[in-house]
Amino acid sequence: MLKLFASTGILSRSILRKDRIRIPIWIISIVLLTVLVAAVLPDLYSTGAERQTMAETMKNPAITVMLGPGYGLDNYDDGAMMAHFMLVFTALAVGIMSILLTIRHTREDEEEGRIEMIRSLPVGPLSTLTATVLIMIIVNIVLALITALGLYLLDLESMDLNGSLLYGASLGAIGIFFATITGLFAQLSSNTRSTIGYSFSFLIIAYIVRGVGDVENELLSLISPLGLILRTEVYVNNYWWPVFMTLGLSVSVFILALYLNSIRDLGAGFIPAKPGRRKASYFLLSPLGLSLRLQRTTIISWTLGMLILGMSYGSILGDLEGFLDSSGMIQQMIPDSSSYNLTERFITMLMTILSILGAIPVLMYVLKLRSEEKRNRTGNLLDKAVSRNNILFSYTLIALISAPIIQLMSVLGLWSAAIFVMEDVISLNILLESGFAHLPAIWIMVGLAVFLIGFIPKLTGLTWLYLGYSFYVIYLGEMLQVPEWMTKITPFGHVPQIPIEDLNIENILVLTLIAIALIIAGFIGYNRRDIEG
Amino acid sequence: MSILQVSNLTKKFGKFTALDGINLEVNKGEVYGFIGPNGAGKTTTIRILLGISKATKGSATIFGKDAWKDAVEIHKKIAYVPGDVNLWPNLTGGEVIDLFIKLRRSKNKSRRKELIKRFDLDPSKKCRTYSKGNRQKVALIAAFASDADFYILDEPTSGLDPLMENIFQECVTEAKEKGKSVLLSSHILSEVEKLCDKVSIIREGKIIESGSLDELRHLTRTSMVIRAKKPIDALGELKGVHGIEKRDNSIYFQIDTEELDNVIRYISQFGITKLESAPPTLEDLFMRHYKGEVGDEI
Repeated sequence: MLKLFASTGILSRSILRKDRIRIPIWIISIVLLTVLVAAVLPDLYSTGAERQTMAETMKNPAITVMLGPGYGLDNYDDGAMMAHFMLVFTALAVGIMSILLTIRHTREDEEEGRIEMIRSLPVGPLSTLTATVLIMIIVNIVLALITALGLYLLDLESMDLNGSLLYGASLGAIGIFFATITGLFAQLSSNTRSTIGYSFSFLIIAYIVRGVGDVENELLSLISPLGLILRTEVYVNNYWWPVFMTLGLSVSVFILALYLNSIRDLGAGFIPAKPGRRKASYFLLSPLGLSLRLQRTTIISWTLGMLILGMSYGSILGDLEGFLDSSGMIQQMIPDSSSYNLTERFITMLMTILSILGAIPVLMYVLKLRSEEKRNRTGNLLDKAVSRNNILFSYTLIALISAPIIQLMSVLGLWSAAIFVMEDVISLNILLESGFAHLPAIWIMVGLAVFLIGFIPKLTGLTWLYLGYSFYVIYLGEMLQVPEWMTKITPFGHVPQIPIEDLNIENILVLTLIAIALIIAGFIGYNRRDIEG
Repeated sequence: MSILQVSNLTKKFGKFTALDGINLEVNKGEVYGFIGPNGAGKTTTIRILLGISKATKGSATIFGKDAWKDAVEIHKKIAYVPGDVNLWPNLTGGEVIDLFIKLRRSKNKSRRKELIKRFDLDPSKKCRTYSKGNRQKVALIAAFASDADFYILDEPTSGLDPLMENIFQECVTEAKEKGKSVLLSSHILSEVEKLCDKVSIIREGKIIESGSLDELRHLTRTSMVIRAKKPIDALGELKGVHGIEKRDNSIYFQIDTEELDNVIRYISQFGITKLESAPPTLEDLFMRHYKGEVGDEI
């Protein structure tokens, strides 16, 4: 029996060594985020009245779908509010961490042939899976303890030691559960890609089932591990049973994964990979068709994702007025203009943030060409009768066209949720106008990417830095009172703030021209340089 | 008629000179071997021929057109197979073959089915599941299924089993019979010897030897084993005799091919009882060139 697990210790240490940077980054980011929010919230809502306004907002079903059921709303203190705000989303982040780290050392190592080499050494057949889960248990325990310690040390009245420990333990339990479930999918499916697919689908379905269950049917929520963990009611009732149930569930899933691992061949899975097309569809047979096909899943998910993101922002618009009045911090963040109400002012900032987030997929579509080059696949097209212009054009076109579609999606999402929750609904026209006014700024980001692909392909990562900078100065600029020029060196700082400002055609024209110039320059560069692969 | 014409081709990466004045010429109907050690510049040359990299100096023309400027036009009549085939993991082999044929603008798809059968490929599998050999088959099928006039093959058989290597050689021979031209970069010397009319050897970015296999053989040595009744003491003093070894009553040595006549005349006086000679193999030639001896001794 023991020989099934031979060398597990050595393998565990090698996993720690391989992830010695990755693991601390995950833990530190998650803990920092949690502790920072916990530290800032009491200042944002310093009086009982403000918190009570927030508690009213929390009764909104749209919020329940997003964050989970409110509890302790009668006496809404810092701890309850913090847990309510953060637990589900942090649990999602911990789930993502566990999924990604687990896949790396199980199915990915197996697909790349590394486990085959390991198995040729005196190593037990179950050792890699066991070592991976072992490390994930340790990682999640460390995460739980540091989180608990961090929250407790903030020394807030409503956040006691027991509650803080439970908060950390809830996150840790979810992390361990998703490590084992990913370990299970790594046995079931026969390749990395579908292991990622199954694990993330499980995470998303768990989130959705919880959302629906929290509004419609309590029992449904309990099926979802994310719904279950919210039943801890941290900082109010401090129930520990959901944590133990989650851990118990993890043990069973892990045993099942070990059993499946023991009866299968290396490299095989249980869900058969279905045979693909023997012939290509007509649609695939061009650089544009290929590019669309390669990015199909990404494009569909981001388009839907932006709709959902728009909806989630829209769902809070109803209670916005009350919320904004009570939040001094947000009042500082949005542009000051007395002739417009707070909601309208908030929307201008919201649209800019949605646009910057919407620029992420748009940039991904065009930068995909660079990652294709790095993977030596551009040559596959260039050695055929395909011009460089044709290839670059395919990727640029997808990015340029997807920008208005993405903007439309966030606006539609925002608006469709807003009609349900707002008494005085904002007109769709104004929202559309505001959304599309950001297009030239997004196109400039595309232009910058094309320019770098053409001239300095090694530095295409700069576009992300620039986008991150834009987000930072727009989102926090007003509050931190950054100098004017800092917002003016991002294209998003030049977009007219509709409905507060008028649509400035001249402004939009100049931004568009800059985008076009950058794109043309990029094409010239791309035609001149060596292609790496 | 010359299909490929490369003259004084030079490529620099910063200060490093990868190619230093390369000259090559491939004529219609010729199979041209391009051999050299790893890192000698074979792939760099081929990438310039494909218009993927730009030459620092010199010219490369295919079908009389400039390899860089007229890349798209040239590629309609070219088929290329790299040694390291990188495919899209989520497309099937069949989809990639169709895509490649279509992008080459070939109309003729009739050979696709036949070649898939000959190379024994399952086209319904995703490329991520293919081994190196199977990925190479995908590129080879796409190449030979399209009606190209010039094939550029960069170590195309490095992952194939001997059976598939045979099929590859058949495909090259068939192409040659149809009057097509081939540039074959390879490390498998038996393959080059079997298929190629002419060979160029490249080392450290320079062509150090070019010509037909026969011509090149003249530059190398014939191995001999003789046994004689009388001792041949002065053998080592003859011009063109190298590496004398005596064992089992026999003498082993090599002769420069141009001195063969003189040496045979000389040794015939000693009462030869045994004489074996082995022609120079490409391998001998290759090894001598790779080790960099040739320049010192000729």
